[in-house]
Amino acid sequence: MSTTRIPEATRLALYRQMMEIRYCEKRAYDLFLQNLVKGTSHLALGQEAVAAGFGVAMNKDDYTFCTYRGHHHTLARGASMLSVLGELMGRQCGLMKGKGGSMHLTSVEHGVMGSYAIVGAHLPVAAGAAWSAQYRGTKQVATAFFGDGATNIGAFHEALNLACVWKLPVVFVCENNGYMEYTPIGSVTAVEHPAADRAASYGLPRILIDGNDADVVYQTACDAFDKARAGGGPSLIECLTYRHSGHSRADPGKYRPKGEVEEWMKKDPVVSYRVRLLEAGVAEVTLDEIDAAAMATLDEATEQAKASPLPEIASAYTDVFADGGAAWRN
Amino acid sequence: MAQLSYRDAVSAGIAQEMLRDKRVVLLGEDSAAAGGVFKTTVGLFEQFGPTRVRDTPISELAILGAAMGAAMTGLRPIAEIMFSDFLACCWDYVANEIAKTRYMSDGQLEVPLVIRTANGAGSRFGAQHSQSVENWAMAIPGLKVVAPSNAADAKGLLAAAIRDPDPVIFFEHKSLLGNKCEVPDGEYVLPLGQAAVLREGGDATIIALAAMVPRALKAAETLAAEHGISATVIDLRCLVPLDTKTILAHSARTGRVFTVEENPRLCGWGAEVVSIIQEEAFSSLKGPIVRITTPHIPLPSADQLEDAVIPSVARIIADVRKALGK
Repeated sequence: MSTTRIPEATRLALYRQMMEIRYCEKRAYDLFLQNLVKGTSHLALGQEAVAAGFGVAMNKDDYTFCTYRGHHHTLARGASMLSVLGELMGRQCGLMKGKGGSMHLTSVEHGVMGSYAIVGAHLPVAAGAAWSAQYRGTKQVATAFFGDGATNIGAFHEALNLACVWKLPVVFVCENNGYMEYTPIGSVTAVEHPAADRAASYGLPRILIDGNDADVVYQTACDAFDKARAGGGPSLIECLTYRHSGHSRADPGKYRPKGEVEEWMKKDPVVSYRVRLLEAGVAEVTLDEIDAAAMATLDEATEQAKASPLPEIASAYTDVFADGGAAWRN
Repeated sequence: MAQLSYRDAVSAGIAQEMLRDKRVVLLGEDSAAAGGVFKTTVGLFEQFGPTRVRDTPISELAILGAAMGAAMTGLRPIAEIMFSDFLACCWDYVANEIAKTRYMSDGQLEVPLVIRTANGAGSRFGAQHSQSVENWAMAIPGLKVVAPSNAADAKGLLAAAIRDPDPVIFFEHKSLLGNKCEVPDGEYVLPLGQAAVLREGGDATIIALAAMVPRALKAAETLAAEHGISATVIDLRCLVPLDTKTILAHSARTGRVFTVEENPRLCGWGAEVVSIIQEEAFSSLKGPIVRITTPHIPLPSADQLEDAVIPSVARIIADVRKALGK
């Protein structure tokens, strides 16, 4: 795969996206510690290149379906840090005004068609959105992001089969971070590569990539989207990556063997991409400016979210049904 | 007006809406080329073609998941789950995904789809192909629940369900599929959430749903002719929205209320109906409300056993007479 022809503007966009996600996820963690984020949250620190690579490669009207670990994909489609942090904090400024929370980020105007907290559930839903695009004759592509753990649930297999039989414009992206929650994926899976090794079952090519290399992810995404838009059907892509933190807020990740985190920190997608851009001749000041702008946006978003009002209690009773309310009787 | 069977009325309702709205598509196991295992979709594949009427693999998760994704992005899918018992396979989509997405997204997303499914006993299929699970659906906020008792209602309510902007579970009763009645020709749409008062009497109010409606009617006729008991019979048609105005008005008029439910006893739909009546019409009641239900058991297969446990005309008559002391 040739990634050398990726234009500099695109590479800077990839870098900017990763930095914004990195900063925003770290801030989300800080806000937990201040007890300003309630409930749970699943950070994508270390997995930024997958979100950036696919997000930058997408068309504006493409569909994203992600999991409870979905902050990075939501940001990568252009949802503001304010709207994401606001939702984590249960504020009026949040994407869903506090009705969904961290695990259900949704921003339809940015193509984020929901974050799904039942493992694997969104793969068939993404296939359905792709069916709709195919039926309506648009060139939209639906992408479902999921963890390695999702490859062992029935919905994964049902979605893959249906998508291949119907030749749907859908891309299934496995973010293999090595762990299904707390358990090493290898200890509970019949094959070494939980997604890539199953591609043949559905007549798909085996695609296994370095999910920490934004260039590789971006190029792979472009190829899959081109195939889908040309009527070539679905792709299944396994991205090897690593979760820097535990599964969720409650998990310090102590089950990981000594040295493993350190090894993967050497392959940090954000740090290594910065080095690559510098080696390619990008001025350091350009990258520093991107970093500073991301941090400034984040700081402003954080303050605005803290100042945002809490949702009205009455809103708990809205939007159960299409009439805007919750009435189940006359 | 033409005499149509319940099953033909289902396909007539679907065809009516597919002709009217190109966004309406249909998917399910054996639903397209074969016309459905219950022959409720006969002719649709031929009329509307393979892009709008699609056969699926035996993949209940994929069926409801794909229907949901399509509904969220501009289509109006009708998804068929062959037997309502199989809803248990894809209950995540019913309970967690389809029903909650509008709410969780703060109204950004809508899921206008219909899940059609064959419900109920009478075919001697045993415990995994005969259940009445309308009460499962009723327990989930965000769903509408429809269960017609005759062919005309099947056509009119199905058309309404397809047009409805909310997700609807539409229970087609297996034992009613061959029943015929006059069904209006041309475009026919009934409102959701409006019960039908099928006969009026002053001594008792019998509230029924789906296959229990013809039994309740027959029981009411015998009660009037042979036992001097004049009963009102209400066909709920929908559990959500629930027409509590009609329920409460007719409960208050007679003061003696009976529910006839095919679902098993615990948390059956009648439990909620009774709860509403006792809270809101208590002073009008002249005696305890009686629930006539299938007992809380899995359904047996043998015909004499199945017939013994599903509320029958004889049991309705006996229970009403006992309660009224006549």
